[in-house]
Amino acid sequence: MLLEDVLAGTVRSGISVLYAAEGELISERSGVINLGMEGCMLTGALAAFATASATGSLLLGVLAAAGGGALLALVHAVVVITCRANQLASGLAVSFLGLGLTSWLGAPYVSQSISPLNRVNIPVLSAVPFAGPVLFQHDVLTYMGLALGPLIWLFLYRTRAGLILRATGEDGAVAFAYGHSPTLVRYLAVVFGGMLAALGGAQLVLAYTLNWVENITVGRGFVAVALVIFAGWEPLRATVGAFVFGGSLALQLRLQARGVDVSPFLLNMAPYVLTLAILVIASRGRARRPPGEIRAVFGTSGPGSTRSAVDA
Amino acid sequence: MLKKEVVVSSRMSPLARRKSTIGVIVAVGVAIAAAVGCGSSSGSPASKEKGHETIGFLYVGPHNDYGYNQAAYAGSLAVKRAFPAAKILEAENVPETAEAERVMEKMIRDGATILFPTSFGHLGPAMNVARRHPDVRFLHMGGLKTAANLGTYFGTIYDTQYAVGQAAGMATKSNKLGYVVAFPIAQTLLNVNAFERGAQSVNPRAKTYVVFTGSWCDPGKQAEASNALIDQKIDVLEQHQDCTKTVIQTAERRGIFTTGYHVDASSLAPHGWLTGSEWDWGPLMVKMVKIVEDGRFRGSPYSGIYRTGVPSGVIKLAPFGAAATPAIRKQVTATYDKLKAGWIPFKGPIRDQSGKVRVAVGVTPNRHQLESTDYFVQGVVGKIPGGG
Repeated sequence: MLLEDVLAGTVRSGISVLYAAEGELISERSGVINLGMEGCMLTGALAAFATASATGSLLLGVLAAAGGGALLALVHAVVVITCRANQLASGLAVSFLGLGLTSWLGAPYVSQSISPLNRVNIPVLSAVPFAGPVLFQHDVLTYMGLALGPLIWLFLYRTRAGLILRATGEDGAVAFAYGHSPTLVRYLAVVFGGMLAALGGAQLVLAYTLNWVENITVGRGFVAVALVIFAGWEPLRATVGAFVFGGSLALQLRLQARGVDVSPFLLNMAPYVLTLAILVIASRGRARRPPGEIRAVFGTSGPGSTRSAVDA
Repeated sequence: MLKKEVVVSSRMSPLARRKSTIGVIVAVGVAIAAAVGCGSSSGSPASKEKGHETIGFLYVGPHNDYGYNQAAYAGSLAVKRAFPAAKILEAENVPETAEAERVMEKMIRDGATILFPTSFGHLGPAMNVARRHPDVRFLHMGGLKTAANLGTYFGTIYDTQYAVGQAAGMATKSNKLGYVVAFPIAQTLLNVNAFERGAQSVNPRAKTYVVFTGSWCDPGKQAEASNALIDQKIDVLEQHQDCTKTVIQTAERRGIFTTGYHVDASSLAPHGWLTGSEWDWGPLMVKMVKIVEDGRFRGSPYSGIYRTGVPSGVIKLAPFGAAATPAIRKQVTATYDKLKAGWIPFKGPIRDQSGKVRVAVGVTPNRHQLESTDYFVQGVVGKIPGGG
């Protein structure tokens, strides 16, 4: 009973972080770190909420979120790919731009209401004991999110496009030599990544919190970026990481609700500490190297020395 | 944290905002218009004439949060109505940092002679600004420190929380009530205790389950905290958060009862709303402005640490909702009448969770003693860090 509740809560609390983590993963696999995921999530959240409350259409809300997140990520892409600015600085700037813009534009929407994205029970499966409530009694965006990790894994390791993306992330010069434009690949990856993060924001407001307030994501976008690094840039590990985060949140709140004799301050720290601990332990023994172009961002041994000549 | 100093023009009532289905682009236009309006008004000289003061209000959050800030904002509207010739300056989302000092300095440059910093943490910055501007009067909400030109006031909202707890205790079928709390501080503990005592007074088996979110407004966490409590079969949900919508809507969505805090949010829960505690700052703020105008601030109660409650009308019971049965209405109204007459619902014996007597038989603690509460009463399920 407790386990079933916790696992259902795990999916609910983890799914928005999962979207952002998979988005960040795609972006980093192409060689671009995007610390702006927090901004993209916020943009998606506001765009979804504002559109849904103005038009009454949840579908339009989701589309607006995808568009908004893509647009903000495009800013990052232009700055770091075309203008070659520092990725970390640009990403942070994009995050704060997203926070400031959504706080400002979102002020009139704080008191608005929407008709939320409702649960859709999957026929037959939702009636299965235990697995039903945990996996098959959610909203559409959650189902999409659950499929995201496996789909991205298939894309990266079983498709030619995925191979090109990985090659670009390892060494843009090599991808270029094989006739692919690293610039184009990175633009697509960064914009798609921002879009996914924005869908996470949309899920948060449309299906979960049902309202908009300034800074509603409260750092979930940054958690997603950290998850990607500790998940060793693997989409399935990132999925696990997002659910460890969501799970420890759901568990600690339930422990509190049962009056467990542990300080709530410690329990509120649990999601961060546990996620970190589990991912560190999980990746122990295997040296997980970041994509080559990401190493270059940090000025360590990357392929960057030859890069500037070819993919300008 | 980014801060924006949007001065809300008095033309934009919250109702008008709520009704409008403006898109993002129009919102930009409105915000720019408001900003421009602010710009053009700066530099106009301060008027010393009675009723023509410039009065500044600072809020720590958005003015329409269905919570603490919305209640304070409603107070500013009452001041505006009472003094139509006065100029009202407003700033939302003012953090409790040196940024608040800058906002207050700007308002004083724009002619403000009375300032209402409305958040607990605005007190420090306000003390600093007050020292530099002895002619400006500061009326701070919710603090414990004063200066020659700065007073602080607050309402004893835990009184009505007792009545709200009675409504919850009578409505519950599972005898389990839930409380989503931000942080364990005296103010929140006191509210939880009053709520549980109220519930016990009508239903000795009622227990209150507390979850701390560790944040004044993290709707994602509020949603899961609510779910955690509801999964455990609680069937009435109360909260102490700055933004209140998510908890109320989650409760409504899952078909349980809800009670409110800060403002009347019955429209968010047409089925499950019982009642709630709300602030009515307007009349008090109007009175305070009048006293300052008449030059009688020094020596008035408002220049010190001022506490008021149900008898003065600052604390009110929110309207009953559809879920409140006639029996609940009768009981709660009777208690409300006692509170109006000045009754304090904390008469001993009061035992904490461990069974230790905190208030002896027959004793009623004074307001100051109550405001240093550091324990949960018996019947509350939840852990205070470092406490009993």
